[in-house]
Amino acid sequence: MNYGFVTEYWPMYLSGAGVTLLLALFTVLFGFAFGILFAFAKLSKRKWLSLLASAYIEIVRGTPLLVQMLIVFYMLPTFGVNIPNLFGIAKFGDYTLVVIALVINSSAYIAEIIRGGIQAVDKGQTEAGLALGMSQSLLMRKIILPQAIKNILPALGNEFIVIIKESAIVSVVGIVDIMFAAQQIRTATYLPFEPLIVAAVIYFVMTFTLSKIMNYVEGRMKQDATH
Amino acid sequence: MLHIKDVNKSFGKHHVLKDINFHVEQGEVVAIIGPSGSGKSTALRCLNGLEVHDSGTITLDGEVLTHDNAMVLQDIRMKMGMVFQNFHLFPHMTVLENITFSPIYVKNIDKEQATQQALELLARVGLSDKAQAYPSQLSGGQKQRVAIARALAMEPEVLLFDEPTSALDPEMVNEVLQVMQELAEQGMTMIVVTHEMGFAKEVANRIVFMADGEIVEVAAAKKLIEQPQTKRAQAFLANVLK
Repeated sequence: MNYGFVTEYWPMYLSGAGVTLLLALFTVLFGFAFGILFAFAKLSKRKWLSLLASAYIEIVRGTPLLVQMLIVFYMLPTFGVNIPNLFGIAKFGDYTLVVIALVINSSAYIAEIIRGGIQAVDKGQTEAGLALGMSQSLLMRKIILPQAIKNILPALGNEFIVIIKESAIVSVVGIVDIMFAAQQIRTATYLPFEPLIVAAVIYFVMTFTLSKIMNYVEGRMKQDATH
Repeated sequence: MLHIKDVNKSFGKHHVLKDINFHVEQGEVVAIIGPSGSGKSTALRCLNGLEVHDSGTITLDGEVLTHDNAMVLQDIRMKMGMVFQNFHLFPHMTVLENITFSPIYVKNIDKEQATQQALELLARVGLSDKAQAYPSQLSGGQKQRVAIARALAMEPEVLLFDEPTSALDPEMVNEVLQVMQELAEQGMTMIVVTHEMGFAKEVANRIVFMADGEIVEVAAAKKLIEQPQTKRAQAFLANVLK
């Protein structure tokens, strides 16, 4: 094994890691926003809305991310969805398309996380709130969600980690993330494994750090909860 | 002030309330007793709309309970406080916040006034020193007294109690019953689903005996406990007073 190449190629890994982290970050942010929408749609008393959300979630969770991403990446431009290169970022359109695909995917999982977190709150809390004359929205905002967030946040951190790993798939459409960088380095150096192992180490350092941070936050929240 | 007329309720095929009729006058304390599964709690939960009754009318001060109009429903719920078997305090709020939340956010009372009132209520239930505590730091009996204070803070016209002492350790039952007795003496209108026959007899004006989803017997409290007229009430009381 020969790891001397790292001294020459580390800038490619670094920028790849930046791309991976940014993609994951935007995916979690938008995935969270849409996840909230889909979760409430699924919990809605309007049957059609609940069914629509359920169908979306089931379909997304029942099909591979790779397929979803290729469909979005090649189909949207064919149907005339052309995203210009905004903010002076080269390939901004490509980045946007893969984020859309990742958001479509992760929002379904995040919706289930949020729905589960809300439903895990004791039903008695809802009854107590209603009995005190609260409206549904006041009850949700001030009683249910503050309690649900304790169930939701840890799972959301976990989803962030999953997205960091799964986002490696964007390399197949030419987004220069960690994985793509590793492939380029393999070609350039004729080294078959070492660049991949370095990529794995980078992914692991990122996800392990994140999970440690999440553990810390979770521990703090538990402390707050017990007072 | 509270009229319940021909109320029916089914869960699927199970007919849990059959033509329930009764009324409660202002200042009256009514105990609902009966075997498990007789529909007592369901009847109580229909009164403030936590369960949706299938037919019949529930009227409070001339206002008919409906599930089609959220404003009317909310208004009736504000006038009917409820105390649950398992307290259902809000765990992320202090005792004080538990009590002041609804007055502030639902009734739009200003915070200072709501706090003042909450502290008076806490004194009334003997928990002045617990204002800043969280529910997890309280005993069962203390939680239930806070729950009573929380319900009282909305200044309801009627208080509903759903087996308020059933989840308590035996040594804590009395502190809660005592608070309830004081409320009754101060003229609070109360409907209490309970298994505490002593309390029902001493504190209630009237007792409603339910079995199999029907009201079997209604009488003055002492009379129903000491001389039940129906076979089913006799059998039930013979069993629980043994």
